Amino acid sequence: MAYDYEKHIRPGKLPHIWCPGCGHGIVMKGMIRAFDACGLEKNNTAIVSGIGCASRMNGYMDYNTLHTAHGRAAAFATGIKMAKPEMDVIVVGGDGDGTAIGGNHFIHACRRNIDMTYIILNNSIYGMTGGQFSPCTPTGAKASTTVYGNPDPTFDIAKLAIGAGATFVARGTAFHATQIDKLIAEGIKHKGMAIIEILDDCPTTYGRRNKFRSVVDMMKRLKEIAVPVAAAAKMTPEQLEGKVLTGVLHKEERPEYTEQYAQVINRAKGA
Amino acid sequence: MAKKVALLQGNSACAYGALYAGCNFFGGYPITPSTEVAEVLSVELPKVGGKFIQMEDEIAAMASVIGAALAGQKALTATSGPGVSLKQELIGYACIAEVPCVIINVMRGGPSTGMPTGPGQSDVQQAKWGTHGDHPVIALVPSSVQEIFSETVRAFNLAEKYRMPVQVLYDEIVGHMRERIEFPEPGELEVINRTEPTVSPEDYKPFDPSFGDVPPLAAFGTDYRFHVTGLNKAADGFPTTKANLVDDEQRRQIRKVDGNQPDIELNEEYLTEDAEVIIFAYGSTARSARYAVNELRKEGVKVGLFRPITLWPFPEKRVAELAKQAKAIVVPELNLGQMILEVERVAKGTCDIVGINRVDGEPINPGQIIAQVKEVK
Repeated sequence: MAYDYEKHIRPGKLPHIWCPGCGHGIVMKGMIRAFDACGLEKNNTAIVSGIGCASRMNGYMDYNTLHTAHGRAAAFATGIKMAKPEMDVIVVGGDGDGTAIGGNHFIHACRRNIDMTYIILNNSIYGMTGGQFSPCTPTGAKASTTVYGNPDPTFDIAKLAIGAGATFVARGTAFHATQIDKLIAEGIKHKGMAIIEILDDCPTTYGRRNKFRSVVDMMKRLKEIAVPVAAAAKMTPEQLEGKVLTGVLHKEERPEYTEQYAQVINRAKGA
Repeated sequence: MAKKVALLQGNSACAYGALYAGCNFFGGYPITPSTEVAEVLSVELPKVGGKFIQMEDEIAAMASVIGAALAGQKALTATSGPGVSLKQELIGYACIAEVPCVIINVMRGGPSTGMPTGPGQSDVQQAKWGTHGDHPVIALVPSSVQEIFSETVRAFNLAEKYRMPVQVLYDEIVGHMRERIEFPEPGELEVINRTEPTVSPEDYKPFDPSFGDVPPLAAFGTDYRFHVTGLNKAADGFPTTKANLVDDEQRRQIRKVDGNQPDIELNEEYLTEDAEVIIFAYGSTARSARYAVNELRKEGVKVGLFRPITLWPFPEKRVAELAKQAKAIVVPELNLGQMILEVERVAKGTCDIVGINRVDGEPINPGQIIAQVKEVK
């Protein structure tokens, strides 16, 4: 029997806004399977997003959903989680939203190790505004604001998250659809800040400017560059040139923020 | 039983007023001269099980406040100067999403970093026009430590009642001044909480106009699931670009304040009955003005003080009446002429209107006001 995604979707809210060939729908389906696997209760879950194509995702999903301002999702989500630590808080957004205008909120949410799961869809471009380069656009690539080639260096989101203190960091791709839900589910089960980066494609604003002749070409790229961490351990630096590691990249146990604050309350009441 | 009294700083009174109102969340960022609000609440909130969080920046502080408020909390932030400028983006979000919350603005000199330790009243028009788009505004301007307490309570009440952000603006002089304060007993001041939905979760629409101009607000994490966006939206909370729905929603939000001004407006008048000269003053400047009125009355000058405690919505009706009664209105402000524009607008040329303005970090003293009143009378 086909998987029942419908029960997680708000009646009447589809079709979505995403272009044909966009991977965001693949990621949304992965999220739904992960929510099911973790048994998330709709009333007890908040999905918080920023601005951009990926951030429209929560509007389709039948949960408490907060479509915030550009880049601010993690900060809004922090307010919800502090107010109600018993809630499951999910953040979803794109690479520009999360690491440019929202970069400060992103790193500090990681630093606090507050218990939420941040799914960041990295399609290397600002899609909704028509294809301007983001901090995740490869150097040299073409965007509507880098027609001579992107002069900017590129963020590695996973390294950024690990450096900032996230205690669970994983990476998947929109091509490896069956892995997405497993990574997200592991992130949800992890106590603390979980960053799940999903490499995605934007055929409309990135692909057509960068010699991808079709959506299939873009998906092939995701397939070819991805190397699971276990396989990478057996490869030489030369073999890993141009590749991207996928799977669980980092996991550690560290005190979670709302639990730390619960101790603050205990100390204040005892004082 | 004697009331509990204390010698308290304005910023501390704000914090205790917030607690009295039932504030259980503070999200902030350090900035002079508002920081003591955060410091006191970092101590007091956890004692009552409330939450204090120092966020990574001013914008994040405002975001955390909105998030907490949507999860059912009575949430507060406090800031000053450039912090207010940074918060404007999300004050607009709280407006369009109709999220009850309170923003304290302890006004300092500006623009930009300006004079962080000096007083100013330069944010009074920003409170009205600071964030982009049309939206309702409520801003309160207490002028004593006691009044900071009571106006902070009233700010929470108005935020909850009208489901919108409410700003409390006081200048650095009032914020850092220490005065005797009497703590109201529990129950002595009214405390209002937001109206929650009574319809079934399936029928709940977060912006349903059939409940009047202020739709009931559910909280995340209850039986009600709903969507909130900063986009123009329909009654169900989902984005729309349908012209009539967008227009209806925006006009309904404006009506929340325009249609309830008598409930929101609060002014103090001192010896205005027979006054030929009216001093329009607020915040610390009103304290100098009151002193000036007393001195001038000793000399037989018919002068009175009109002091708005609710600055926005502007007390149009009463100021227009006073403009007809008086020969002149004197408007002292710690800015280069902001609220005088409103006085001029509603007076419609019926009397002389003269400003007294300082932006040098010093207060306007009674002598300056006395001299100006004598000149116009």
